[in-house]
Amino acid sequence: MTVIAQALPGDNISITMDNCTAPFWEAAREHRLEVPKCGACGTFRMPPRPYCPQCQSQEVEWTEISGKGTVYSFALCNRSPFTGEEFHYVPVVMDLDDAPGIRLVSNLVEVEPSAVSIGMRAEVAWNPIRDGWVLPIFRPTAE
Amino acid sequence: MTWEHADKTAIVGVGATEYYYRGQSEPRTIYDLIGEAVLKACDDAGISVREIDGFAYYSGASAGYTDKMDTADIMEMLGIPEVRFTAALTSGGGGSAGSIGLASAAIVAGSARYVVTIMALQQAKQRLGTVFAAAAPDPINSFLQPSGLVGPGHLMSVLARRHMHLYGTRREAFGEIAVSTRANAVNRPTAIRREPLTMEQYLEAPMIADPLCRLDFCLETDGAVAVITTSTERARDLRHKPVLVRAAAHGGRREWGRAFAWMGMPDEYFASAGNRPIADRLYADAGLGPADIDVALIYDHFTPMVLMQLEDYGFCARGEGGPFVESGAIRYGSGSIPVNTHGGQLSEAYIIGMTHIREAVEQLRGVAVNQVDGAEVALVTGGPASLPVSGLILRSE
Ligand SMILES: [Zn+2]
Repeated sequence: MTVIAQALPGDNISITMDNCTAPFWEAAREHRLEVPKCGACGTFRMPPRPYCPQCQSQEVEWTEISGKGTVYSFALCNRSPFTGEEFHYVPVVMDLDDAPGIRLVSNLVEVEPSAVSIGMRAEVAWNPIRDGWVLPIFRPTAE
Repeated sequence: MTWEHADKTAIVGVGATEYYYRGQSEPRTIYDLIGEAVLKACDDAGISVREIDGFAYYSGASAGYTDKMDTADIMEMLGIPEVRFTAALTSGGGGSAGSIGLASAAIVAGSARYVVTIMALQQAKQRLGTVFAAAAPDPINSFLQPSGLVGPGHLMSVLARRHMHLYGTRREAFGEIAVSTRANAVNRPTAIRREPLTMEQYLEAPMIADPLCRLDFCLETDGAVAVITTSTERARDLRHKPVLVRAAAHGGRREWGRAFAWMGMPDEYFASAGNRPIADRLYADAGLGPADIDVALIYDHFTPMVLMQLEDYGFCARGEGGPFVESGAIRYGSGSIPVNTHGGQLSEAYIIGMTHIREAVEQLRGVAVNQVDGAEVALVTGGPASLPVSGLILRSE
């Protein structure tokens, strides 16, 4: 039987935000991946924080990125975190092509878990979650 | 240059409750457990509890995941007349070994005379295994929790995977840590898991967060441990041979930072335990190196983090942890550096690092169940986690 990694059911996923992180989620809701870049020195940072760790500036440019990236590391999980029943999902840590130095912790879907490897190419996809928000997840690309 | 306060303070008393499987300590309360551990530590030292005048906690003085330790409550309960120092290292179990450094700081500063360090936990309400999933998502962990990395083991499996990718580390290396640690627990009355474990059993255990299986995860237990530190001068008049604090360090670098709660570490830190800066400082302060360590009590919440700490503390080169442990190097009785001779948190009990301090003291007193012949210097580490991480070198006089 072929097992395919699933997105976690969005009905079980909540997020909260503050004025610093909200632009990320507002963009994601419209299926755009935006990350904060220092307005003074250009350093990316994630999660969004009120200061640039490189130069301490509070200037920020929310920058849309392509959503293409590379699997940096991952785990293979086979139990639902919500019910404990058999459920196959793949948490991934992603390097992002257009935002060097930051990573996203996400899920990889539409793939057989046994085929996942570090260095695998992937692109952003979207998982609707509670309260009308949308979570960026990833799926492998052919390239 | 060796730390100016090296050997000026000493551990003089250790006390512990029995160790219980998760939830089994009820209906006892957390303060009941704390009181037993503190009174036993005082008995062990040969002092009255009324002489305790300092408290040096870690983990923000939390007792496990839902309870807090409050100095005034403990004073009221045990009749401690006056406190002159009460403080905690921040964050979590990363500070366990470093808390003895906090106690030493209070003593060398002249603030307090007898400083107790305590950890107690009961997991009936909230177990460690799902501690992150149970937390209400705040704006920062909203970038982590939705991934389904529900607990610390899931999070650290991602670090382990990277280590395997970079260095070819095999599951058998993690298995050797589980198997050798269990072998150390088999003859221990205090251990929760005493049945021998084979590599075959390890490799057949259910996967929880591949590459980690159930046997890579530490136990979930209840109990309390207390440790009393004082000046070496005072220690010489007490019941046991003093166990000297040679050096202690806590902290760490931003590159490690919040570690697996962040996942932004540069490559050389990602597949590590974040302890290298601590190790460097600890060895420099102690005037000692890895070759001088007779027994290593390495915080073992998850097997790969033991392997990566062995690298951080210089027992083998970066990336060599796999072949090093698979060679039998950490075995009690035959290895070059016996590790977790008490069965660790994997097999004896998980009291957030305190059982490692207890074992170091027993080894250096020469009374350990699995005594390392002629043990004179012991290394104790705190848990690889969000900063601070920490380390401690103890020696016999
Ligand atoms: Zn900047």
